[in-house]
Amino acid sequence: MATAVQTVERENYLNSNYGIKSWLLTTDHKRIAILYLISITAMFWIGGFFAMMIRLELLTPAGDLVTSDTYNKLFTMHGIIMVFFFLIPSVPAVIGNFVIPIMVGAKDLAFPRVNLLSWYIYMAGAITALTAMVTGGVDTGWTFYTPFSTTYSNTHVIGAAIGIFITGFSSILTGLNFIVTIHRMRAPGLTWRRLPLFCWSNYAAALIMVLGTPVIAITLLLVALERAFNIGVFNPALGGDPLLFQHLFWFYSHPAVYIMILPGMGVISEIVTCFSRKRVFGYEFVALASIAIAVLGFVVWAHHMFVAGISVYAALVFSLLSYLVAIPSAVKVFNWTATMYKGSIQYNTPMLYAWGFIGLFTIGGLTGIFLASLGLDVHVHDTYFVVAHFHYVMVGGMVMAYMAGLHFWWPKMTGRMYPEAWAKLSALLVFVGFNTTFFPQFVLGYMGAPRRYHAYPPEFQVLNVLSTAGASILAVGYVLPMIYFLWSLRYGEQAPPNPWNAVGLEWMTSSPPPTHNFDETPVVTWEAYDYEHQPQEEVTVGH
Amino acid sequence: MATSDIQIAERALQHHFADMEQQQETSTFGMWMFLLTEIMFFGGLFTAYLVYRSSYYQAFVEGSQKMNIWLGATNTAVLICSSLTMALAVRAAQTGKSKIFTAVLLLITIFFGLGFLGIKAVEYHEHWHNHEFPGPNFHFETIDKTPPVDAQHTEIYFSLYWAMTGLHALHMVIGVGLVTWLIVMVLLGSYTPSYYSPVEIVGLYWHFVDLVWIYLFPLLYLISKKHGGG
Amino acid sequence: MWQNFPLFPPRASALAWQVDGLYFLLIAVSAFFSLLIFLTIFVFAVKYRRERHPHAAHIEGSLALELAWTLIPLGICMIFFAWGSLIYFQEARPPKGSMEIYCVAKQWMWKFEHEGGQREINQLHIPVGQDVKVILSSQDVIHSFFVPAFRVKTDVLPGRYTATWFRATKPGSYHLFCSQYCGTQHSAMIGEVVVMDPVAFQTWLANNTGSATMAASGAQTFTQLGCSGCHRSDIQGRGPSLAGLFSKPVQLEDGRTVVADENYIRESILNPGVKVVAGFKPIMPSYQGQVSEENLAALVAYIKSLAQPPQPQQSASNRPPAPETSKVQ
Repeated sequence: MATAVQTVERENYLNSNYGIKSWLLTTDHKRIAILYLISITAMFWIGGFFAMMIRLELLTPAGDLVTSDTYNKLFTMHGIIMVFFFLIPSVPAVIGNFVIPIMVGAKDLAFPRVNLLSWYIYMAGAITALTAMVTGGVDTGWTFYTPFSTTYSNTHVIGAAIGIFITGFSSILTGLNFIVTIHRMRAPGLTWRRLPLFCWSNYAAALIMVLGTPVIAITLLLVALERAFNIGVFNPALGGDPLLFQHLFWFYSHPAVYIMILPGMGVISEIVTCFSRKRVFGYEFVALASIAIAVLGFVVWAHHMFVAGISVYAALVFSLLSYLVAIPSAVKVFNWTATMYKGSIQYNTPMLYAWGFIGLFTIGGLTGIFLASLGLDVHVHDTYFVVAHFHYVMVGGMVMAYMAGLHFWWPKMTGRMYPEAWAKLSALLVFVGFNTTFFPQFVLGYMGAPRRYHAYPPEFQVLNVLSTAGASILAVGYVLPMIYFLWSLRYGEQAPPNPWNAVGLEWMTSSPPPTHNFDETPVVTWEAYDYEHQPQEEVTVGH
Repeated sequence: MATSDIQIAERALQHHFADMEQQQETSTFGMWMFLLTEIMFFGGLFTAYLVYRSSYYQAFVEGSQKMNIWLGATNTAVLICSSLTMALAVRAAQTGKSKIFTAVLLLITIFFGLGFLGIKAVEYHEHWHNHEFPGPNFHFETIDKTPPVDAQHTEIYFSLYWAMTGLHALHMVIGVGLVTWLIVMVLLGSYTPSYYSPVEIVGLYWHFVDLVWIYLFPLLYLISKKHGGG
Repeated sequence: MWQNFPLFPPRASALAWQVDGLYFLLIAVSAFFSLLIFLTIFVFAVKYRRERHPHAAHIEGSLALELAWTLIPLGICMIFFAWGSLIYFQEARPPKGSMEIYCVAKQWMWKFEHEGGQREINQLHIPVGQDVKVILSSQDVIHSFFVPAFRVKTDVLPGRYTATWFRATKPGSYHLFCSQYCGTQHSAMIGEVVVMDPVAFQTWLANNTGSATMAASGAQTFTQLGCSGCHRSDIQGRGPSLAGLFSKPVQLEDGRTVVADENYIRESILNPGVKVVAGFKPIMPSYQGQVSEENLAALVAYIKSLAQPPQPQQSASNRPPAPETSKVQ
């Protein structure tokens, strides 16, 4: 087992070069990851602001805080920003970019300049979409259903569509880079079976990014063309088919949710193993489950269309396949749980977030089973039940995984430790706030409360008030890390190379790593999660 | 000369690759992945085409009859020839032929590419003139002046025609730009048999764009035996 | 359930009990497995915490467990798949003899018309215990017809008919929501379904009849638009006879056979060139833009009402083959 490689001098990727040009023209994957971190954090707060406005409006049954048009823009822009500009890039672009080359023992990703280009493309798309939002907004819903979006909406649909189109290429290039890197740049001795599961998960997500994103790109392009030139492809008044739009849209947007969750699952695999000090239970099964999710994820899209007017037989097929895609996710949850069996468990913040993920993702995933059931879906489709379901998997699952990953790799990325007590408090606030916000929405949905409603019948008020109250707690839970992470950059304890005593190539280089990651290319002779042979030191920091 | 050959390759080796072999294999793999995304990109349009053609076949027949089959066939031949010269150029770079030789092959490829775009421009002009561009000014007349069977869906045929061939033409323009850049790099002596992967991957891209046209031509032009002659 | 904190809407249709049953079974099974996982994690976290269990064991995995926790959930899911599909099938097959109500949705209101010509806006009166089929189309964007108390929902599309059906089991007034985002007043596009006992309903019908029945008004439109010029009821005109057409198979010029349902009739009026009946020329003009959604619905109702003529017509070449049995729509 190789020992940690500690560079004696403190030269690292952060201080090797100063000046704005050295950041804006960098090709170092680690600096690009930090650029992404700043951008998507900004987008998260903008999307979060819209969420806050939505929840404030929904305190009362009447639509009295904002006008209907404004409300429609709020939920649309919340969805667009959170899906396309926060969740999809989050783990891959921030954590993946930083950690994957180091995890495979490489000096950088396969195409460093393409990596920088992908950040610029992301910024161009984000600025375009934000401009559309600021100069009047979009009110079609993030789903852009036609013919409302192509013919009837009076808002900046084309601007928003083009913004998403541009950012899609950022996602494609990141995915392409990951796939090629994992195939071609692994250090000697690092076989596929020795790869960390974080790489497997991001690889699977990258496959989806590369194959699925182009379809939404062309679909949104057609929407923009139809709006500009009235070409009629999706407009029934001109002979088009609005259901064709839905098929094309969901063909990407369903696999997109797996782009969002798979990297998060990868984070959880790394954390559960580290803080149980054990190799993951059933490594091959977890790895293959990631691939299975990616593959099956492509054949279930029409479960968003069970009441849209598709044939009964098509609905049957998609319902059946939707059950199949749930199984690999369940397998992962069972494997993570089994990993803890006879482990040596530590209650660090990343592990708390990981537990939160497993619990909330289980609930969210199980409610997906509810939705896959045709007869039940007819009742709960387009109600708050669906809203609750996807927030459980996306926020209770994915955002928690992102927070877990940020905390886990923060010492590596910045060379600083965050304050553990505050971190644990924030995790608790997030967990309590999240459940208070979204669990009532399951009940609301089954009661029949439709989604995207600005005003609602009075009998839905109690649950809405509860939900908003939870949202305020959740907000605090997110604000605190923002503060203490920034605080830690200046005042946080210096981090050693391996504060968690974890197994993995990234923990064998300094915190922060040098620009070229390794002084010598490592040669891997150990299995993944080889905690068996990891020296049993006390974790001295961050308790 | 052997030494300057190796020197060129050494200079072109990027710092994060172990050796030139890894760099070349990686860039080729990267281009194949990119072409996969392009297949999915065009795929959305092909899907829309298949759906509408199967539901509204007659409308598509009538639209297709207004295509100029001779210009389309000429364009197909032009692109196939351009792929030949491109492949020869890649081979020339791979086997260390003279800079001029490789550059000339690339130049001929560009001429073919521009020829394709020129013929396409002629076709577009004709269709525009015939009000066959979708939108408020669309007005469709069948090839034999009988009333159209289903003008609404013929307009959709034309929407897809313009979108698909337009997207393809855009890719051609980008391709011509890339090959122009290659000519400059070739004349500057940047490539050797040890390092020619930019030529190879631009070649892959060019062949892909050619292949897309080979699908577009029969789908858009050859739906029905009756056709427009120009 | 508790009056003040209801967990589900009133059960006012025959189907509601089944949907709720499936829902509660799902809750029970989900709760069971969730609690199982949560408790297991909790127990492991406590029992194997670092202070008490400093040395982790080294376990690779277990094929038996992997198979078990793959196949057992799969099996359980198949139960939900089967039950959910059964309910869905029922929802997709309105029974023969259902009372038919036509609905035109537009931004931002629901317009209903009963077969007898009674019109309602944002309110739908129906009798209890009667199968009711609603045939819907939209004038503009996609809407969705959702009655939580009945557990039914269907999107309402422009350019096409969709349908749903229900049998109300409890008199009362129930929410009707538009549940597909449709623009500014989406949340105001709500109404109520008023379920009455049959006698009260008949009274209501009688009191609200103003104009002609849908079929009669459709007949009027049929003549006004000149349809009767080609589609003659006595001998074969330049267009196929429409008597007894509804829900029968039709052979087309290009060899396909389609069923003459509401969407076929609608398409034949608005875009006749798409499906030309075998033996006829594509000479019918399109009525796109000349017929409102309401008139279209009336025409459909009228054509549905045309009974099978007493004897089959003589000109065998352009008559579709007489069907053995009538297809149930």
